Amino acid sequence: MIEIKHLYKSFEDREVLKDINAIFEEGKTNLIIGQSGSGKTVLMKNIVGLFEPTQGEILYDGRDFVKMTKHEKVLIRREMGMIFQSAALFDSMSVLENVMFPLDMFSDKNEADRIARAKFCLDRVNLAGAENKFPGEISGGMQKRVAIARAIALNPKYLFCDEPNSGLDPKTSLVIDDLIHSITDEYKMTTIINTHDMNSVMGIGENIIYICEGRKEWEGNKNQIMTSTNERLNSFIFASDLFRKVKEANS
Amino acid sequence: MFLKQYIKELTQLGVDSIGIVLLISFFIGAVICIQIKLNIASPWMPNFTTGYTTREIMVLEFSSSIMCLILSGKVGSNIASEIGTMRVTQQIDALEIMGVNSASFLILPKILGLMTMIPCLVVFSMAAGFGGAYASALVGIVSVDDLTIGLQHDFRQWFIWMSMIKSFVFAFIIASVSSFYGYTVEGGSFDVGKASTDAVVRSSMLILFADIFLTPLLS
Repeated sequence: MIEIKHLYKSFEDREVLKDINAIFEEGKTNLIIGQSGSGKTVLMKNIVGLFEPTQGEILYDGRDFVKMTKHEKVLIRREMGMIFQSAALFDSMSVLENVMFPLDMFSDKNEADRIARAKFCLDRVNLAGAENKFPGEISGGMQKRVAIARAIALNPKYLFCDEPNSGLDPKTSLVIDDLIHSITDEYKMTTIINTHDMNSVMGIGENIIYICEGRKEWEGNKNQIMTSTNERLNSFIFASDLFRKVKEANS
Repeated sequence: MFLKQYIKELTQLGVDSIGIVLLISFFIGAVICIQIKLNIASPWMPNFTTGYTTREIMVLEFSSSIMCLILSGKVGSNIASEIGTMRVTQQIDALEIMGVNSASFLILPKILGLMTMIPCLVVFSMAAGFGGAYASALVGIVSVDDLTIGLQHDFRQWFIWMSMIKSFVFAFIIASVSSFYGYTVEGGSFDVGKASTDAVVRSSMLILFADIFLTPLLS
């Protein structure tokens, strides 16, 4: 479980995050949603430690990440996996080498076991047979799946996904969503997904936090979102005709 | 993993530069020899002047300083653009999230790799330069015997070591300055290009300044 208490983040005079409080539960797909520029990426970067919060606490199963020493942060980061918006695969390495990278760095297993584990992870994301290809030779959807395989290689306790469906077609997006959801359930990870894809929200949103202008505006799940009376949330969620019609049909 | 990275950098930064070092040094060696023979040598000077001057230019300055200036263009832009692209495509963030010290993982093997390879490239450059000088002798610009006597005249082994020590310092400048510019890139492809250019300009300037201080210090 990851708990955030009274989190603030400022860049010079500009306050981007204002008093964020949230609980991201284990074994659930937790979604952070919001418009572009609302502060959701900054929130995620604070949670994973790429930014230092101005004020507040970030608790990983009770361990305060903000107050940890550099060495403690390095250790806890080995319990994290992250899927970036751009997949962020190492383009000088093959698919197999990408997935093996965290194992090569931190695993005590011998090479044969590391290769077997990497192949298992690739198989888990339905990419068996693509081991020797390079990131530049595979599609965006496949790159995201390699990123998922790399993220789960060390059996992380916490999985972070920054707009995992960005740049993907709706069908591939569903595949990625399902994969993240099933892996979260299977490995009982605490998963946080940063998205503004409404299909993801409606499909896998077990715990949703809506960020607006740097504040937590609403919290609930995919069922509660349909009946929410929060005007800002509704104007964001039901901005498209399709979702407006879905809401009208439901009501 | 570090050893793997180190060997990769030895190949990428050093071995892949051998071709251009040999090519440039060969032709510059030949041209220096021709220029000196045609424009400086006179009946008042000994016949070995051409070979002697060619050797001194190649050993004292060209193979260390000028070759490193050329390599700062090739290797420096390579380092800055590679690390800069990794920064803007979040590959460095991915390393940090995994708990890897990205600066140590990416930059240290490059600095050590280049510092290992550049003294070797300097030796190759000297050899290729002398090869170029002999090539000009073979086409009759200067006699082979005079050139050989000139190349051997008043030879001081320290000059070779001096050249290698200088190149060792220049290698550190190229790798560290370029890595710094690449690592601190913010933005997109335009900024990577700018960082790459800045890396080459700044490392070239620093090499020239370092040369000014190192030459009297080591002579």
